Amino acid sequence: MRNFFQNLLLGASVAMLIIASYWLGQQAYSWMPIQATAEAKQVDHLFSFLVTVGAFIFFGVVSIILYSLIFHRAARDDYSEGHPARGNWQIEALWIVIPTLLVLWIAFQSYQIYQQLNFQGLNLPILVDVPLEDTAKSKETKPLAEEIAVVVKQWAWSFHYPNNIVSDTLHLPVNRTIRLVFYSEDVLHGFYVPEFRIKQDIIPNRRIIFTFTPLRVGKYRLRDSQFSGKNFALMEADVYVEPSTAYSQWLAHNNSQFHDYDKLQSTKLAAIFHH
Amino acid sequence: MLIRAELVTPELNLVNRSFYNSLFTMHGTIMIFLWIIPSLSGLANYLVPLMIGARDMAFPRLNAMAFWIVPPAGLLLLSSFFLPGGSAQSGWWSYPPLSIQNPSGNILNGQLFWILAIILLGISSIMTAINFVTTIVWMRAPGMTFFRMPIFVWTVLSAQILQLFFLPSLTGGLILLLFDLCFGTPFFRPSKGGDPILYQHMFWFYSHPTVYVWALPAFGIFSEIIPAFSRNPLFGYRSVAVASLGIALFSALVWVHHMFTSGTPNWMRMLFMLTTMLVAVPTGVKVLAWTATLWRSKLHLETPMLFALAGVVMFLFAGITGVMLGAVPFDLHVNNTHFIVGHFHYIVYNTITVAIFGAIYFWFPKITGRMYAEGWGKIHFWLTLIAANLTFFPLFPLGLQGMVRRISSYNPEYAKWNFIASLGGFLLGISILPFIANIVSSWLRGIPATNNPWRATGLEWITTSPPPRENFAEIPAVNFPPYSYGQPQAWAGENSPQE
Repeated sequence: MRNFFQNLLLGASVAMLIIASYWLGQQAYSWMPIQATAEAKQVDHLFSFLVTVGAFIFFGVVSIILYSLIFHRAARDDYSEGHPARGNWQIEALWIVIPTLLVLWIAFQSYQIYQQLNFQGLNLPILVDVPLEDTAKSKETKPLAEEIAVVVKQWAWSFHYPNNIVSDTLHLPVNRTIRLVFYSEDVLHGFYVPEFRIKQDIIPNRRIIFTFTPLRVGKYRLRDSQFSGKNFALMEADVYVEPSTAYSQWLAHNNSQFHDYDKLQSTKLAAIFHH
Repeated sequence: MLIRAELVTPELNLVNRSFYNSLFTMHGTIMIFLWIIPSLSGLANYLVPLMIGARDMAFPRLNAMAFWIVPPAGLLLLSSFFLPGGSAQSGWWSYPPLSIQNPSGNILNGQLFWILAIILLGISSIMTAINFVTTIVWMRAPGMTFFRMPIFVWTVLSAQILQLFFLPSLTGGLILLLFDLCFGTPFFRPSKGGDPILYQHMFWFYSHPTVYVWALPAFGIFSEIIPAFSRNPLFGYRSVAVASLGIALFSALVWVHHMFTSGTPNWMRMLFMLTTMLVAVPTGVKVLAWTATLWRSKLHLETPMLFALAGVVMFLFAGITGVMLGAVPFDLHVNNTHFIVGHFHYIVYNTITVAIFGAIYFWFPKITGRMYAEGWGKIHFWLTLIAANLTFFPLFPLGLQGMVRRISSYNPEYAKWNFIASLGGFLLGISILPFIANIVSSWLRGIPATNNPWRATGLEWITTSPPPRENFAEIPAVNFPPYSYGQPQAWAGENSPQE
């Protein structure tokens, strides 16, 4: 009878633990910034999953410790043996096998979500000399992509659009795949908009292409995420995700404004696009 | 505290930006190379010969030399604050090209002093590693087989093997960095065709395993304290011993997880995601073994045990957030944010430093021959527990919200959590005071300790407190397994365990 009640209590505690972990996993969405890209949704699903599994393990182990701590204190001056168990190969095997499977499961989930993020840019040969044809070809396969060069230096951002448009704020059309081509003039920097979730270091002499799809119109802050020296804390820029009409208007407006952009800049731009 | 003081408010108002950069660079460097590594080496230096029944370390002169390199290297590092251009400002990673820019233009600059100091400290650590491995392999007392060694000795062995294998990579990388900085060589200089990412590989190839060099002895400390205060042998002793080597092995294969955003190709990201997560298996074995040792036991809650229990729980939290960080898509969001800072402070403070406090209280009677004041120990414990969580927990939500690390000013939406963390930081500074007062006054005027006040097993408890110059009057012979709680002769104190 006593055993039955003990098992019931144990079952109830495990059930509560599962419910609590699931609840916490759902709360995890609200700990993140607004989801502004397709990628953000995927990352948040993964985070919620990690929080659920993590909470289950953490609160499970902590409850066992707390239980012993509350109910199994030694009497004063009782230095006799605590309990007869020295080890048990079945339990030990179990806690090697279960965590291994758990970890493989987490890794598999992460792998699947990573596949959906589509970082095709990183699969290109990384060094500078990507032949011109390659770029052209990848443009063909992704006709909807908007390609923008991001140029960063100590301590300023600039964004180079086709037709020699240069801006110190980043404007992006909503619901279209964006391809950013990164270029650093001096040290390492990092491209990071928390609402977009994804992050990429910018490395001098390396052509790195970064693709993502903004889904939510709004104003965001771009932050340098790789320490870049004295004014690192000030390395921010405004990012505007706009409906495509507003975006086209902005492009047209700036096109006239920057029509006579100096020659030096345009050669640099050409180097970035067709390196 | 100065760093947290600057971050009390969003704006920059206490220090200038360059000095803030110096502060966090030096904070990381000093805490790692001049606090954790030396204090753990010191502790292990004291305990390992005692625990294996040896009179001293294998090479006392090498030991002394390794020790005496530390103060000059430390002074060299600190003196760089007084250079015209200030100390190093490129973070404790010193990633090029930033670290080879030398903004002051002087030949003698903070970065140069930083590199020289770290190379010296690295040489000292290699000497120490040779000494520990030799001592543990060759100087064990008769009957002290490998599977009779306390887990602390196992963890020190695993950690020091890591030092031997991986430290040369950092030293080599730093020498190349020195050449780039002083002589304009192009190893890591992209403008001359060098590769800055190569430095990151050389740096993390050592600097990830080094985290386990610190964490493993902390696990060893937990494995000594928990059995003594729950009156049980360590559950699954052999698997915990082997897990130490397992952690060492796995930790050698995970360094790229620091570089998921560094232009690392997809296949490499996925491979290192898997290896990173697999480290959770041997560490999980340890956490579960401690938990099983505690399970329905007879717990004594003196100060060392409180620190050990809190350390285990906070390590579990750190470990779980660590597996999260291993998941590449999530890491891409929180990489280089305060989430990482929170994660590793739960390791380096809430696990390792807490373990060191536990160890100091646990072995204080042995080292000094006097008891510490229990009441003050408990006050120190509760203050530490509250302050450490108050300081480091807020960094997790800040990181999730996207606050990046190493910034001296931030956007106002992050103000609330930063204020709490700064409050915690000051409390954490205060929390050390009862510890210092307790240690100093107890050392001078504490109640004399018996040889074995905790009735613990282990050879260090059979010798006098403090031990004689050569540790044991007579080298003990060992004919029983470790952690023989429940067998009265094993903790008899003065009695020789030979019967």
